[in-house]
Amino acid sequence: MQTEPVLRLQGVTKRFGALLANDDISLSLHAGEVLALLGENGAGKSTLVSILFGHYVADAGTVEAFGKRLPPGDTRAALAAGIGMVHQHFTLAENLTVLENVMLGLEPLWRLRSRRQAVREQLLRAASAYGLQVDPAARVASLSVGERQRVEILKALVRGSRILILDEPTAVLTPQESESLFMTLEKFTASGLALVFISHKLDEVMRVSDRIVVLKHGRMVLQARTADATKASLAEAMVGNLAQPAPSTAAPIAGGPAGQPLIELERVSMTRPGHAALRDVSLAVLPGEILAIAGVAGNGQQSLARLLSGELAPQHGRLRVGGKRLPVGARHWIDAGVARIPEDRLETGVIGDASLADNAAAHRLRDPAMLRGGWLARRLGVLDRDRIRSEADRIVRSFDVRHVSLSQPIRTLSGGNVQKFIVGRELAREPAVIVANQPTWGLDIGAVAFVHQQLMQARRRGAAVLLISEDLEEIFAIADRIAVMYDGRLSAGMPTAQWDAARIGLAMAGDSPAATPATMGQGMQGTEGIGT
Amino acid sequence: MRLERRETASRTALVLAPLAAIGVTLLVCALLVAWAGAPVGRTYLLLLEGGFGSRFALTETLTRATPLILTGLAVAVAFRARLFNIGAEGQFYAGALAAVAVGGLHQGTGFGLPDSLLYGLMVLAAMGAGALLLIVPAWLKTRLAVDEVVTTLLLNFVALLFVSAMLDGPMKDPTALGWPQSVAIKPELEFGRLLERSRLHSGFLWAIGAALVLQWINRATALGFEMSAVGSNPRAASFLGMRVSAVMLKTAVISGALAGLAGAAEVAGRTGYVTLDMSPGYGYTGIVIAMLAGLSPLRVVVAAIFVAGILVGADSMSRVVGVPNYIADVIVAVSLLTMLVASLLVQYRLRPSRPTGT
Amino acid sequence: MMPDLLDTLGTATFWVAVLRIATPLILGTMGVLLCERAGVLNLGIEGIMVAGAFSGWFVVFVGNDLWVGVAAAALVGAAFGLLHGWLTVTLALSQHVSGLGITLFATSLSYYSYRVLFPKVSSPPTITPFGEMHGWLDSVPVVGPVLAALTPLTLLALAVAPVLAWLLNRTPAGLALRAVGENPAAAESAGISVGAVRIAAIAAGSALMGVAGAFLTTAAFNAFFFNMVNGRGWVCVALVVFGSWRPGKALLGALLFGFFDALQLRLAQSAGDVLPYQFWLMLPFVLSILALIAVSRKAAYPQALMKPWRKGER
Repeated sequence: MQTEPVLRLQGVTKRFGALLANDDISLSLHAGEVLALLGENGAGKSTLVSILFGHYVADAGTVEAFGKRLPPGDTRAALAAGIGMVHQHFTLAENLTVLENVMLGLEPLWRLRSRRQAVREQLLRAASAYGLQVDPAARVASLSVGERQRVEILKALVRGSRILILDEPTAVLTPQESESLFMTLEKFTASGLALVFISHKLDEVMRVSDRIVVLKHGRMVLQARTADATKASLAEAMVGNLAQPAPSTAAPIAGGPAGQPLIELERVSMTRPGHAALRDVSLAVLPGEILAIAGVAGNGQQSLARLLSGELAPQHGRLRVGGKRLPVGARHWIDAGVARIPEDRLETGVIGDASLADNAAAHRLRDPAMLRGGWLARRLGVLDRDRIRSEADRIVRSFDVRHVSLSQPIRTLSGGNVQKFIVGRELAREPAVIVANQPTWGLDIGAVAFVHQQLMQARRRGAAVLLISEDLEEIFAIADRIAVMYDGRLSAGMPTAQWDAARIGLAMAGDSPAATPATMGQGMQGTEGIGT
Repeated sequence: MRLERRETASRTALVLAPLAAIGVTLLVCALLVAWAGAPVGRTYLLLLEGGFGSRFALTETLTRATPLILTGLAVAVAFRARLFNIGAEGQFYAGALAAVAVGGLHQGTGFGLPDSLLYGLMVLAAMGAGALLLIVPAWLKTRLAVDEVVTTLLLNFVALLFVSAMLDGPMKDPTALGWPQSVAIKPELEFGRLLERSRLHSGFLWAIGAALVLQWINRATALGFEMSAVGSNPRAASFLGMRVSAVMLKTAVISGALAGLAGAAEVAGRTGYVTLDMSPGYGYTGIVIAMLAGLSPLRVVVAAIFVAGILVGADSMSRVVGVPNYIADVIVAVSLLTMLVASLLVQYRLRPSRPTGT
Repeated sequence: MMPDLLDTLGTATFWVAVLRIATPLILGTMGVLLCERAGVLNLGIEGIMVAGAFSGWFVVFVGNDLWVGVAAAALVGAAFGLLHGWLTVTLALSQHVSGLGITLFATSLSYYSYRVLFPKVSSPPTITPFGEMHGWLDSVPVVGPVLAALTPLTLLALAVAPVLAWLLNRTPAGLALRAVGENPAAAESAGISVGAVRIAAIAAGSALMGVAGAFLTTAAFNAFFFNMVNGRGWVCVALVVFGSWRPGKALLGALLFGFFDALQLRLAQSAGDVLPYQFWLMLPFVLSILALIAVSRKAAYPQALMKPWRKGER
């Protein structure tokens, strides 16, 4: 290893509005070294590398590559300086060939002759040097995910990158593909490349890296040589100081959760191209309890959420709500009384251009309660605007939605108020089943507390609540049981008291708790733990 | 300079935007009028007078506006649900042909049905023909994600060729010499005159009625809301339980029917029979009108009358000052483009761009 | 009918007619293809062809060489193309509405200008159009009589397709254009300016559309008529789809269309037909729709077509 760092960051800081994404980050990287950037989503890893690569401009601090200051916000300069990025979401044109994707941007546009042969040879040389099998003439659309990643990597290599940034490279790879990636990385470092490896998976990080930097809430909370680090210490650093879980402000249901599970998944599997799969997932939520699904984003939570909002059907296994199989389709789930709070409030949860009043009825437009009386009016679907307004009025009053008028378009409300409205709309009819997906992201403290209160009150009423969240503090504050999602598998759901920071950090990073699966509620036999 | 989205649509911009658009239009067209060597002010005045300044002008304008209102509504209802119906022209002809088939093919026998029933069937047939022509592209869009812009555009030609084949063959008027034209509609089935000594016919009432019905559907019914929701945010609409495909198909039926009705109105109200040049591009002008009206049914009526007035006024103005009547089409075209740009200023504001990155 | 048909197909004049009908379609289709491969739908073609027809003819009428007229038509086309590019790329407005607006604008402006410049004409003023090529072409075996009877613009059109194919597939600029139409994020990451490439593609494509229009007034006919273009622009939009966005296939599509069009003219002259000629003319359109269906299933179209690109959006 050389003594001069090939990459040096000093005091890099970046704000997005009120959010401090990177807080005074300084680190360095040497040739032949693998530096792992560890942290949960929102820790600031992606922002940091985007600054490195010129997609963002830092508010303060400098980036030096090979001793020379990099002009901020200039991707071409970063590329020219030898920095290459392998994005998490590949930037490949599917209808073009491997060679064409690699050649993109390599030559000045006014040139008439393309140096295809030369680039092709360069490509094949790089491919064989690092054992990355690839067919230059193949259309990217025909390649598997692992093969596409190879193309992404080769793009950087052919450009002569000496510093390679890999952003969650194993997120969509099979175990075998991950293995061959690791072997490739070893070859890279042997030939003097420097690597930045972003991941939330502890096993990989321990295996692949020489040094580890842990980011949390934008700050660097730990920097260590991998040989000196332990999984437990890393996990705890990632997850941070979890205060003793505050006692719930609302008492749980008398006698504890009991009865038939209202939400049941039995060995559910689902694969979606381009998304993390669900592997053999089982869970049960009883009336009167809140089950939280923790985990770093991208481990299958979105697939689970779409399954549980009725938008998709499992390919294997069984899914039951209230003891019954529901047909696929949001309509059926809504009619069955399932309350769904989506992750993306403006994109999915409401019709942004429509008024507050209209949004109160948007999900049950054909419900006789929303229509004018009379046979003809019902058939034609004539809306009873007065009833709808009073329903909207009820929601905004009971749920304290700050607004100017019920007629204003809902997208003009602040995020917190939109969310309160959605929660109000969904909980208005006291549903027995509630699926909440990241219900409090981006909300201010008051709105967060409010949403939590509503969920806990619902629990007290006897509802079964499934909470998917990346916010551990939230989970520890309101959940009765916690299960952790990793790589498409769900851990056992254990009572909150049995989890602590270290344990959950490990589970989120791939190391399942050794404890035997505790009670999952009636009706479930031995559940699968995490396979590592 | 760059565009930055406003949080709330600016009130002032909402009013200023169309005014700015009209202003720019008048300016650009004034240059063209001056080039023709005519006095600008007088030309514009004559234009207005020719379109709205006399009983005759008004009735002509409203007659001209009738098919434009209907095709404008057809396009507006479709675009609102993000179904880009470029095929109103073909649906117009399909409707006209169907109307003549029901209203005239019976060689005076009336198929043995009373006139009132036949009248209703004629209108229904026209609406059905137009709807059918749009259902196919709409179905392809919902099922196979085939882009409806190209399919509806192509079907215009197919429809026109079909009409041409019919006019040469089964539906040919044996008494007509020269140009191919269809059999005529039974005179009793024609849309009656609204005012004597004018060409204004009851088709105009159909058009106004359609606008009112559409406005009511949009405002007061579940379907109206669904169409708007699907057009503005299909993902959320689907999440909220709306059946997006079904909504699209219903929209296609309504849109196609309106365009078909436009064809029936022209045949039964103005010409009496179908010819290949019946429509000077009503289907395409309908798109312009729908955009000018911001896709709102009542504003479509206003926009259609405005455009019709300009087209009619241009003819008479042209006879007086000699400015070619094509100035009317230029005015309409420039209005469309300026409205398009102006609408942007309602949603976004201009800001000097920052030096690098975000 | 059959012997008539074979007779017709055997004559050189028939194939000359096919090529003559196909020429504006080839040029226009290549123009649309350039725009769409870069990700932008340009429905302004119908109007741009009218504008090209008018400006090309007029420049020649006032005393310039025919090729100067063609160049003028190309420039006029490019100008409208830049307008479309400004509206759809810079301002990210609706590509449909902008295109249709430009068709209306270019058409009406052309008609208006013609009327202002020639207010009282009973028959349209004429120019001397391109003549047939002849010369050494006459001696080429088999196709000689056909080639020799063509005008230069037709040969240009036939050359444009392979040249365009080469430009798109073999040069860095072509690669950049295709990338911008497939995955703008990838292009931007590779340091290519998506907006600049798109606008350049639209301008170049629109120039071709202008030349397509000029062919009508400087070669096919010798004067400017109203309703001259008569939907050819829309046919080009269809032919791009029919040709799966590839220059070679699109060329074939245009030739096929020309074939059927020329055929129905001949057949209408000879006696009784099994199917009315209109159904033959419908065929290209129906086939295009079927091609579109087939293509949608395979996603072989430019993946970023009609998706506006806002810089910095990932």
